[in-house]
Amino acid sequence: MRSFLYQRATDPGMAVQALSAAAAANNPLTQAAAQPLAGGTTLIDLMKLDVMRPAAIVDINPLARGWSGIETGGEKLRLGALAKMSDVAAHADIQRHYPVIANSLRLAASAQLRNMATLGGNVMQRTRCSYFRDTSYDNCNKRIPGSGCAAMDGVNRMHAVLGTSDQCIATYPGDFAQALIALDATVEITGKSGTRSMPFAQLHKAPGNTPDIETTLQPGELISAFSIPRRWPRSVYLKARDRQSYEFALSSAAIALDVQDGMIRDARVALGGVATVPWRAREAESLLKGQKFDDGLARRAADAAFADAKGRQHNSFKISLGKRLVARALQQASTMEV
Amino acid sequence: MTVAAPEPKANMGNPAPRYDAVVKVTGRATYASDMPLASPAYAFLVTSAIAKGRVESFDLADANRVRGVIDIVTHEKGPKLKELKLYSNGGYAGTTIQPLKSAEIAHDGQIIAVVIAETYEAAREAANRVTVSYTAVVPSATFDSPGTTTAAAKGQNSQFKEDPQVGNFAKAFEDAEVKLTASYDTPTQHHNPMELFSTSCAWIGDNLVIYEPSQYVYGLKNGVAEQLGIDADKVRVVNPYVGGGFGSRGSMTPRTAIIAAIARRLNRPIKLVPTRDQGFTIATYRAETRHEIKLGASRDGKLVALRHEGAEVSSRPDAYCVGGTKTTTRLYACPNVDSLVSIVRADRNTPGFMRSPPEVPYLFALESAMDELAVKLKMDPVELRRINDTTNEPIGGKPYTSRSLMACFDEAAKAFGWSQRSPEPKSMADGDWLIGYGCAATCYPTQMGPSAARVRLQRDGRTRVEIAGHEIGTGAYTIIAQTAAERLGVPLEKVAVFVGDSELPPAPVAGGSNSTASTCSAVMMVCDQIRQRLFKAMMPNQSLTDRAKETVGIGQTPATRAAKSDRSLDLEKAFDALGAGVVEEYGEWKPEDAPLDSFQAMHSGHVRLVGGHSLKDKIAYAFGAEFVEVRVNRFTHEIRAPRLVGAFAAGRIMNPRTARSQLMGGLIWGMSSALLEATEIDERTARYVNDNFADYLVPVNADVPGVEVILLSEQDDHINPAGAKGLGELANVGTNAAVCNAIYHATGQRIRKLPVRLENIEV
Repeated sequence: MRSFLYQRATDPGMAVQALSAAAAANNPLTQAAAQPLAGGTTLIDLMKLDVMRPAAIVDINPLARGWSGIETGGEKLRLGALAKMSDVAAHADIQRHYPVIANSLRLAASAQLRNMATLGGNVMQRTRCSYFRDTSYDNCNKRIPGSGCAAMDGVNRMHAVLGTSDQCIATYPGDFAQALIALDATVEITGKSGTRSMPFAQLHKAPGNTPDIETTLQPGELISAFSIPRRWPRSVYLKARDRQSYEFALSSAAIALDVQDGMIRDARVALGGVATVPWRAREAESLLKGQKFDDGLARRAADAAFADAKGRQHNSFKISLGKRLVARALQQASTMEV
Repeated sequence: MTVAAPEPKANMGNPAPRYDAVVKVTGRATYASDMPLASPAYAFLVTSAIAKGRVESFDLADANRVRGVIDIVTHEKGPKLKELKLYSNGGYAGTTIQPLKSAEIAHDGQIIAVVIAETYEAAREAANRVTVSYTAVVPSATFDSPGTTTAAAKGQNSQFKEDPQVGNFAKAFEDAEVKLTASYDTPTQHHNPMELFSTSCAWIGDNLVIYEPSQYVYGLKNGVAEQLGIDADKVRVVNPYVGGGFGSRGSMTPRTAIIAAIARRLNRPIKLVPTRDQGFTIATYRAETRHEIKLGASRDGKLVALRHEGAEVSSRPDAYCVGGTKTTTRLYACPNVDSLVSIVRADRNTPGFMRSPPEVPYLFALESAMDELAVKLKMDPVELRRINDTTNEPIGGKPYTSRSLMACFDEAAKAFGWSQRSPEPKSMADGDWLIGYGCAATCYPTQMGPSAARVRLQRDGRTRVEIAGHEIGTGAYTIIAQTAAERLGVPLEKVAVFVGDSELPPAPVAGGSNSTASTCSAVMMVCDQIRQRLFKAMMPNQSLTDRAKETVGIGQTPATRAAKSDRSLDLEKAFDALGAGVVEEYGEWKPEDAPLDSFQAMHSGHVRLVGGHSLKDKIAYAFGAEFVEVRVNRFTHEIRAPRLVGAFAAGRIMNPRTARSQLMGGLIWGMSSALLEATEIDERTARYVNDNFADYLVPVNADVPGVEVILLSEQDDHINPAGAKGLGELANVGTNAAVCNAIYHATGQRIRKLPVRLENIEV
């Protein structure tokens, strides 16, 4: 960890100003000289590892008074970006009406981390690629653009099979983001010119030729809230992992179904643990739409979800695992009591 | 799972609460890096990013600019240290690779510079700012990598003395009615004790004090003295608590002498706390192994031929080898046995002991093969063990001092509900989960080493026991206190125990599960010396020696028998008769069959363990049986082990509470070893990739909902005065095979390579 300046933002304007002042236009946000600190569960780690070297930390926890609300009334769920993962996971209305959110949070990290980590920080969590997190490797396009990718032909069991490029195969590690994708969530962003909203699915950027650019956030922008429409009574989150708790997904699926009289009116399929970004499997969705559910359909949808998947030496298993998981999650969503 | 301490059965001590429970739970136990130092400087290691080659240059300008940096020590001005000898060649070191000696790099993560600064944070920041230019050479990473060399272990490792053989294996195998040939692999693993590999060094004039988690304070003291070229009496190693050892702290690592030398040069105490990932390369580990087992049996299940061939990876300069064929060739009755162990040299750090060194990988192979044989024979795997149970080991025909293997199988089978198992694979399920039951034998050699102790008894019963044993989390304080209290007839709470200090009378390395037998035998002997003095004072006219012998059972009489005929002392009367307020005795104990130089070696920090198969006319092992329920998810193929049941017999159980804790930890580690733990090596670079606790998985509580430990009564009067067999390393030996055998039962799929992960399941 390198020495840094610690600042405390007591209102959103102050935070935005402190962050944008330090952000150079040509730098990706991940390398900006000032970084926001919320729960700190990713940032502090990466600073200790010398992967992130911000000159300044802007502590945004004082904004929690306005930014940590959980508003469940009405046709929309609004979650403040500084709400703690544990508080949201334990909320009775969320468990009842948005099970995929509660479960994706409950199955993430450990109790201690969920008590610290915020929703906004969680969706911004950076990859767990071992080569990214270890600065003794010189070749990581995400850390040092143009330097190559050690994972491509290295130990890549945990790496992505979807959304990869020849520059980067690092997996997006989170769980909650898939739930947001599955529920058509909107993300609310606060910046210099006030507040803007966009579909959550547009937040993350696949690596392409610029794996160091991970989101569409602009310099000085902060996530302030998430908004989720209440239109998916059936939703499921399934997660396969090496141990029973406190472990990242080898494959996860967030499913939302709108079923009427046995017919699937609409569907969302989001995948985690297998892709470089929170992944929406549109091919699977369109296959499901307008069909009557059966196990064969679930399998075909799962196949479609992974039609473009590319496995490498150690992670090819994720393709077949992901398909089985998606099919199972679809079965569960279709039969769940609502 | 019950949390209460088990009730003692016959030949078991009291389940006394841990001596160190309160200080540990309240965070007051002082580990090495907690020791206060006067104005220390802080060290941070810079380690190599290549596994083979040389450092061409350092750019230290940026690092030197960090405020608080005092010095950056590289090979260009490295400390002048004497050559190292491996412990197995009469030295102290776990590796002969000496960092900071030259620009050469022999393995990934080798120490190449040490930053010294006023604060830990400054040292770390400066270390991050050091730029290194290397000339890298393509390294050989592991088995099958180009450039490795392979040779038989015998002849290159002085501790590997024989490839056990008996009868005519080739012919017997050829003629066998039922045959099995199978290969098994175990992965690289790291101990990852919770306490990091810290070292603090402080010089007081010519005297050096080292605070370091060590499993062998006498070895470390003598080893560092030798490297520094100073008198060993000027070096003191202190560690009253060690946050886990598992073998990683048994032999000296290179860091200690380096830090000591820099502290001397700077004339200032230095504290080093390396990172978790550095622990993967600056200490030892369990190297990957390969096995081929051949079993021949008659149709009724009697083994007629057994061959075990093992191969292990070691470093280029050091022929480390665990060589578990000494156990696997002797476990079952079999008239024709053959074996061979080879060492494969690669560009790696030198491996070393890791909890149950030879037995863990080698018994995985044998006990998996036994299960496979049982399947071929259509026989219950427990019955196959019963048919091949023996009272004498087959190689030399020596009798086991005691052997409760089948009693353990029967007890554990009953507790587990083995009779509920439907023998066909894939025949049991619960919803999404296929269920499998599996079992395996476990065993570990009973070992002892020479040990000294000093005991002081006061008129009021207060007792002080001094012995340079080690509290590595096992309960050493507790059982030493219990031993002294029982032997002197004083209340347990009046006994103070001092361990973990090389100024105390020497004890062996806390390894090979010898500590209880060695330290308690020595403490018993010295307590008897005290009793003799007191009895002599009280009964001056009797035939003193006889009287004392009769009353306190000196010599090799086991504790329990002595205790039965023992009379308690009226302490105050005895002290009045003696005319003293304090009696203090020092004594040195060595086991039967100990080598002639035992006591001399004990004082100079050399290990002289005897036991297991190396005893002259007997063989001593502890045994157990382990049963595992696995569940394999039909859809995700996730594997969980919700129930682990083990029954164990290990002679006298000194304290059922600490014994159970050891065995429970062992079962959990065994499961972890089968399903989770593997150090991933990037074969292109011979580097460890998952060198942290997020990527190197160990179980969390949710992974082990049910662990049951059953302690069997066993009395063995042929091993040591304490009558105790070491059990610290007993429980994690059979679990690997038991898990794989259960996976076979759940899925019909035999997996011979560890760890088993969901991608290995093809149901």
